[in-house]
Amino acid sequence: MNRFAILRVVAKLLIPAIMLFALYVQFHGDFGPGGGFQAGVIFASAFILYALLFGVVTARKVAPPRLINTTLALGVLVYAGTGFAALLRGGQYLDYSVLAHDAVHGQHLGISLIEFGVFMTVSSAMITIFFVFAGQDVDEGQD
Amino acid sequence: MITPHLPILEVVLPLVSAPICLILRSAVVAWWMAVALTWAAFAGALMLLGEVLNAGPITYALGGWAAPWGIEYRIDLLSAFVLVTVTAIGSLAILFARAPVAREIPADRVYLFYVMYLLSFTGLLGIAVTGDAFNLFVFLEITSLSAYVLISLGSDRRALTAAFRYLIMGTIGATFYIIGVGMMYMMTGTLNMADLAARLPGVLHLRTIDMALAFITVGLSLKLAVFPLHFWLPNAYTHAPSAVSVFLAATSTKIAAYALIRIIYTVFGGPAVFAPMPIDEMLLGFGMLSMIAASLVAMFQDNMKRLLAYSSISQIGYMVVGLSLGNVEGLAASIVHIFNHAMMKALLFMAVGCVFYRVGSVRLADIAGFARRMPITGAALLVGGFSLIGTPLSIGFVTKWFLLEGALEKGWWPVAAIVILSGLLALVYVWRIVEAAYFRAPAPAVEGIREAPAIMLAPLLILAAINIFFGIDGTLTGDLSIAAAQALVGTSP
Repeated sequence: MNRFAILRVVAKLLIPAIMLFALYVQFHGDFGPGGGFQAGVIFASAFILYALLFGVVTARKVAPPRLINTTLALGVLVYAGTGFAALLRGGQYLDYSVLAHDAVHGQHLGISLIEFGVFMTVSSAMITIFFVFAGQDVDEGQD
Repeated sequence: MITPHLPILEVVLPLVSAPICLILRSAVVAWWMAVALTWAAFAGALMLLGEVLNAGPITYALGGWAAPWGIEYRIDLLSAFVLVTVTAIGSLAILFARAPVAREIPADRVYLFYVMYLLSFTGLLGIAVTGDAFNLFVFLEITSLSAYVLISLGSDRRALTAAFRYLIMGTIGATFYIIGVGMMYMMTGTLNMADLAARLPGVLHLRTIDMALAFITVGLSLKLAVFPLHFWLPNAYTHAPSAVSVFLAATSTKIAAYALIRIIYTVFGGPAVFAPMPIDEMLLGFGMLSMIAASLVAMFQDNMKRLLAYSSISQIGYMVVGLSLGNVEGLAASIVHIFNHAMMKALLFMAVGCVFYRVGSVRLADIAGFARRMPITGAALLVGGFSLIGTPLSIGFVTKWFLLEGALEKGWWPVAAIVILSGLLALVYVWRIVEAAYFRAPAPAVEGIREAPAIMLAPLLILAAINIFFGIDGTLTGDLSIAAAQALVGTSP
């Protein structure tokens, strides 16, 4: 991969920008087009680009399967936990209105939280799917 | 504060426990958690059934959004009845699962088994409680996707191809269902079942709605494994791990039968309204074909699990025929058979699982004479066999009684004759198992085996007791299903 100096340099410049753009899409989600799913896919694409240029083995060191599995599960828990928080504050399950002092802030906070959960799960799932397909010949049978 | 939120807790608690088990990565913790959650869900289902009996249907608006706009969970008598059935099976199958899972699945994957079990369980409960046609699709996919993984965990390599075939057929079924829902949405602008039921009569004459019903019926029939669409089922049940066969054989097709009843009766208001497309007659024909054809195939099987799988397809025929009769007795037969068939198939697959645990084979030739060494398992198998045939004082008889009543009320003697014929064919294939278990000289593999461990026998005996009790006194389940059927047929215009 040493031959492709231009690709590597450009990728190094692009990867932080891709991640930042993912976060933009993430936080823009509650006002306009965007949200956790799209942001998660964009964020994962940064990892996939890194793995394409520097190899799956190096990429796995950055994002160990154990960590990715954990965030995969944590995303679901963040989503469901937001629902439970609403229950504990006296609302229906996933009723964001009760999460803050007034309904509008509550809805805002609730959507941001569940979108963050979606973001974690989707980006982890994307990375896992890529690693499983790309790493089949490297270490079959590992997580 | 828990009671008003029971409908959602029923679904969300198992859903949340699955990722927790994934993070903890411990088989022991995962099993205990699955036991706690399934039994809690069973208790919750009983409470919900009690509440529905006292105060009528319960609704729950997710996120506080009112019904036609937000997702609504709606539990009526039928949902509560199915919920109790599914949670009872789920909580008994998990007790049974521990020993065979530890033996049949590689140690580093056992915790994943319980994660998938909990997810599949979540999906089944979700289908039962939801009052939203699209939400039903989501739960159908949750339960099916995890079922594919569960089947593929079988120690036999053929489990992979069986799971893959099920994946393809199941996905086609789910896609057909969602195409149908999309067409209904196109014409009515709503996904809520109660709202759909109110709006559909105005557009029933349109071709799009005919297509929607056709797609949904075919899609759900695929999941239900009605006769020509059953090809995924025998391999999936045969090559899956023992515990998975118990759980899936007793729940997955039953929940599809529930979904079909829900769509035809609650959403479309009963099959009688389809004068231009006689879907009830088609279902009746395919249901009777299932009963006879699958029984004929089952008679010639040498593998006990495959024999029981074909008998499942034949028993699914009873449910389909019942719901296609369109009268209260017929529908009640379908509903009570959801419970009865779940209990008898769980019992039979558990007994076969016990035999497999000790003998290591499920071929009739290899297990010959096992009942002398494993008397309790043998007796349980006998009880399940009687239920399958539908002899008096077995739960199968309760179904047959309703079904015959429903068919005779319409004056359809041939249907009644087919039901009785199917029972006689069941006698033939059950006899093959009984003969191998009791009357043949013991096979070499059977020498020196002991009775299955207590943790596997406990759920087996509970299920056998349920089979005997509700066979002798079928009034509780019978009255519940008649009340549920009356509520469903009563809503038809």
